[in-house]
Amino acid sequence: MGELAAFIILSAITLVSAVVVVTSRNIVRSALSLVPTFFGVTGLYILLQAEFVAGIQVLIYAGAITVLILFVIMLTEGGTGLRVRQTNEQVPLSILAAAVVAVLLIGVLAQTPWPRATESLPQYTASGIGEALLTNLVLVFEVTSLVLLVALMGAIIVARRER
Amino acid sequence: MNWGLEIAKAVGLAVVMFTFLAVVGAMFGVLLERKIGGWIQSRLGPKHVGPQGLLQTIADTVKLLQKEHITPRAADVAIFNTAPLIVAVAGLMDWIVIPFGPTLIVRDLNIGVVFFAAMASLTVVGILVGGFASNNKYSLLGGLRSASQMISYELPLAMALVAVAMQAGTLSTLGIVNAQAQRGWFVFLQFPAFVIFLIAATAEVNRVPFDLPEAESELVAGYFSEYTGMRFALFQLGEYAEMFAMAAMATTLFLGGWRGPLLPPVIWFLLKMYLIVFFLMWTRWTFPRLRLDQLLNLSWKLLLPAGLIWILITGFFITFF
Repeated sequence: MGELAAFIILSAITLVSAVVVVTSRNIVRSALSLVPTFFGVTGLYILLQAEFVAGIQVLIYAGAITVLILFVIMLTEGGTGLRVRQTNEQVPLSILAAAVVAVLLIGVLAQTPWPRATESLPQYTASGIGEALLTNLVLVFEVTSLVLLVALMGAIIVARRER
Repeated sequence: MNWGLEIAKAVGLAVVMFTFLAVVGAMFGVLLERKIGGWIQSRLGPKHVGPQGLLQTIADTVKLLQKEHITPRAADVAIFNTAPLIVAVAGLMDWIVIPFGPTLIVRDLNIGVVFFAAMASLTVVGILVGGFASNNKYSLLGGLRSASQMISYELPLAMALVAVAMQAGTLSTLGIVNAQAQRGWFVFLQFPAFVIFLIAATAEVNRVPFDLPEAESELVAGYFSEYTGMRFALFQLGEYAEMFAMAAMATTLFLGGWRGPLLPPVIWFLLKMYLIVFFLMWTRWTFPRLRLDQLLNLSWKLLLPAGLIWILITGFFITFF
């Protein structure tokens, strides 16, 4: 009962602030609304007993990504970012696309048999995540690092060209 | 689990922590800062209100409570009012995982250290949007400086935390204190991590020599130039709560937490915490402010590589010895 209530409250927080992110006319408010969205998702992770992922979610997304986005908004032309149009004439098309994706996702989710875990959850997930990243998933891990490295180099080249 | 009871406990503990921080952290902290500053600069500091100026901050707090809230006409009102709350709440949340004694801890999370870093990283959101919403160029510059500074110094801070967590074999703050009972204070075993942590913590709480976000001589008062009365006080409270939290975390990670002979655990904890606080104040009144490029170079070219190398060395020793 308590878990259901928590799930509903957390989902409401996530969804309402996500709607503000995409509809607000003030782009700084949009970026700031990402914070409650990330916190809602963090709460969902905690409900799933993935507390390490939840901690990392706050550290990376709410603490760093949001700040980076705000930073970029304030450095771009127009600075304040007020009166930026967030929508264009393709609203009906995008509603259609979103609806199709939603129907597909709900269909797939409803059809999939979700096996229930037979074992109990581990008490402490951080070491398990670390082990998985450095053994079975090491290739994914390395490819991700490579992508980030390329992005970093790209950013430096773009910044250097201005001189 | 009884949900009603848990929520009541959470509210009660929040009130206790807030009162503790407002009185011990902010009010006593400000007085201590002025007294130590006076002592270092060969003057007397506050002297007139109460014996030896002890009641000076209480008088200041009462004054701040009476002041008018002024909102600039062109400010973004909603964000302008929220920003001090973000800073104060983020500063308070740090204290959830700080152990004052074997049982005196709000909640011993098994991700304690990660939680601490996450909450410490939230302060910058409040500072950045506070600076933006004021609609004042000095505030905005202060907010932007703060963002670049705090993003740079979060990484060395996290590196130091990771090295300590590796040595202790746990992320829980209680576990780290207990690990130090067997292996001695980590300030000896993890000395480079201690140095990196102290430097990065000073930068994270925007104190001299890293106080560029509020550099008085360049930016009026930086991100809180436009704030008055209690909102200004909330920024100040958040800053002091954060500074004391960093000192408390340094105590927990490197100075053996509450452990010590004879005296009760809480006294030992507060003694060690105030030792670190004194060190932070000592640096504040001793060093001049860094330039922005020096500040960023220090983080990215010195502290970050040093932190990575130290993690490598720690891993090497854990694996082979």
